Amino acid sequence: MVGEAEHGHRLTELLRSNTDAVVAGWVEAVATTLRGRTTGAELERDFRELFTSLLPVASGDGRDLTGHSYAELRSLLGELSRSRARQNFSPTETASSVFALKQVVFQLVDDQDDPELFRQALAFSNLLDGLGLLTFEAYARAREEIIKEQSEQLLELTTPVVKLWEGVLAVPLVGTLDSARTQVVMEKLLEALVETGSEHAIIDITGVLAVDTQVAQHLLKTVVAARLMGAECTISGIRPQIAQTIVALGIEFGDIATKATLADALRHALRREGVEVVRQGERRAV
Amino acid sequence: MTPRPDEPEELPIRADDDVVRVRQLVRTYAQQVKLSLVDQTKLVTAASELARNTLVYGGGGFARVGTTTVDGRTGIRASFHDEGPGIPDLSLALADGWSSGKGMGLGLSGARRLVDEFDLDTAVGRGTVVTVVKWKR
Amino acid sequence: MERVPILKIGGVLLVSIQIDLQDQSVLALQEDLAERISATGAHGVVIDISAVEIVDSFIGRMFATIASISRLFDADTVVVGMRPAVAITLVELGLTLGGVRTALDLERGMKILETLGRDRGRTGREAR
Repeated sequence: MVGEAEHGHRLTELLRSNTDAVVAGWVEAVATTLRGRTTGAELERDFRELFTSLLPVASGDGRDLTGHSYAELRSLLGELSRSRARQNFSPTETASSVFALKQVVFQLVDDQDDPELFRQALAFSNLLDGLGLLTFEAYARAREEIIKEQSEQLLELTTPVVKLWEGVLAVPLVGTLDSARTQVVMEKLLEALVETGSEHAIIDITGVLAVDTQVAQHLLKTVVAARLMGAECTISGIRPQIAQTIVALGIEFGDIATKATLADALRHALRREGVEVVRQGERRAV
Repeated sequence: MTPRPDEPEELPIRADDDVVRVRQLVRTYAQQVKLSLVDQTKLVTAASELARNTLVYGGGGFARVGTTTVDGRTGIRASFHDEGPGIPDLSLALADGWSSGKGMGLGLSGARRLVDEFDLDTAVGRGTVVTVVKWKR
Repeated sequence: MERVPILKIGGVLLVSIQIDLQDQSVLALQEDLAERISATGAHGVVIDISAVEIVDSFIGRMFATIASISRLFDADTVVVGMRPAVAITLVELGLTLGGVRTALDLERGMKILETLGRDRGRTGREAR
């Protein structure tokens, strides 16, 4: 690399004195594939910035891109990849933005007809390969972040708190309950109690596949927290298998009301609200 | 990977209102790191307990609060230092009997449940340092 | 040190906590309440914590203490407006409020006290 330094100069100088042409060529090479989804002006701006940070390290061979001298480049490429990921470009489209520079540089070098320059261009090409891979990785990380955000949003959506009656809310829990999910549910339910001014909540676990100690503890904590706030919770939908599991695990629900069905729980809550439901034609409470 | 302590801030704990100041400082940091509301509340409550311990049982000391980043995860680290008598019986201090009000009242076991990481460094005659971390989820 | 103001509404004393309480303020509040209940013959105390973001063990025990003091004066206590985050934290902390009554909001809290006071034959009695 030390021996390359004075030679690297030549390619760098060539690139530097042809900046505008190279950037324009770069933009054009990429514009066709990204056409419509990003403006020429944006591309020009992004690539010019990238080009400017490439010049100081153009003499390197890109063998170790984790070094301090590549810090700015890494940061710029990371930004570019993240924004492309969010805009739903494919990983190839994102990485090819970097690779596209190669053909432009080779075109420029070809015109010079200088074998030494050509060797330097090859080394530069290796550098671009390394950078292209970097964008790939940054892209992958950005996509993971997006997936994580979306699954959190999904979590929010699939835990609806419904109002069954004045002052009676219900949360139907479905599927597998993990720690994170149960906490989200807990928080949503408690917030809803305050917002709607409801004093009763029914947590229905008919759709829950399995109840283990942790899940049961979360449920208990929710009920105790609701009590602290001045509301009562009933747990409904206790299936026979679940009942056996709970007893076997030695979980005590104490004085917390538990009912077999949501209907029973609703009746229980209504009674506590002082509401009597009577079938027409009969004077008997249902 | 060693944690990067990002320039922690120190607050003396010498009087009652210092406990309030510690709460406010911890809350500011928690909000900065965008901890969820529930996590913020848990952390600040734990800090309140520990700051009070420092004052009441440790004879005063100081708190050190700052952000911390380990392996891409960001969080808040808070440590509470005193040069008090130290805790002679850890198992007793960490037991759950305190909430009845009759126990040593150190609130350590409760505070521990509110945070993700809890470290207690104490020795009779040497004082106590309690360090807690809450990560952004 | 700030003292928490105590309002008298009919036969009920209302305490609305708006500040970040330091321990001395807690003790002062307990003292002040004891005095006011005794002086007014109030049959109920409402502690409104809807503006409170942090309840630690010390403040938590304050509620239980106030409830005990009130009981000695034949008065009931209700804590109202606890925020969800606070409730969740208290549960994690393992702190029970020692059976102190709670209600979602001030209105409900007052209603409860009214009912309780009636049961005891206390409401309708002239405050001193």
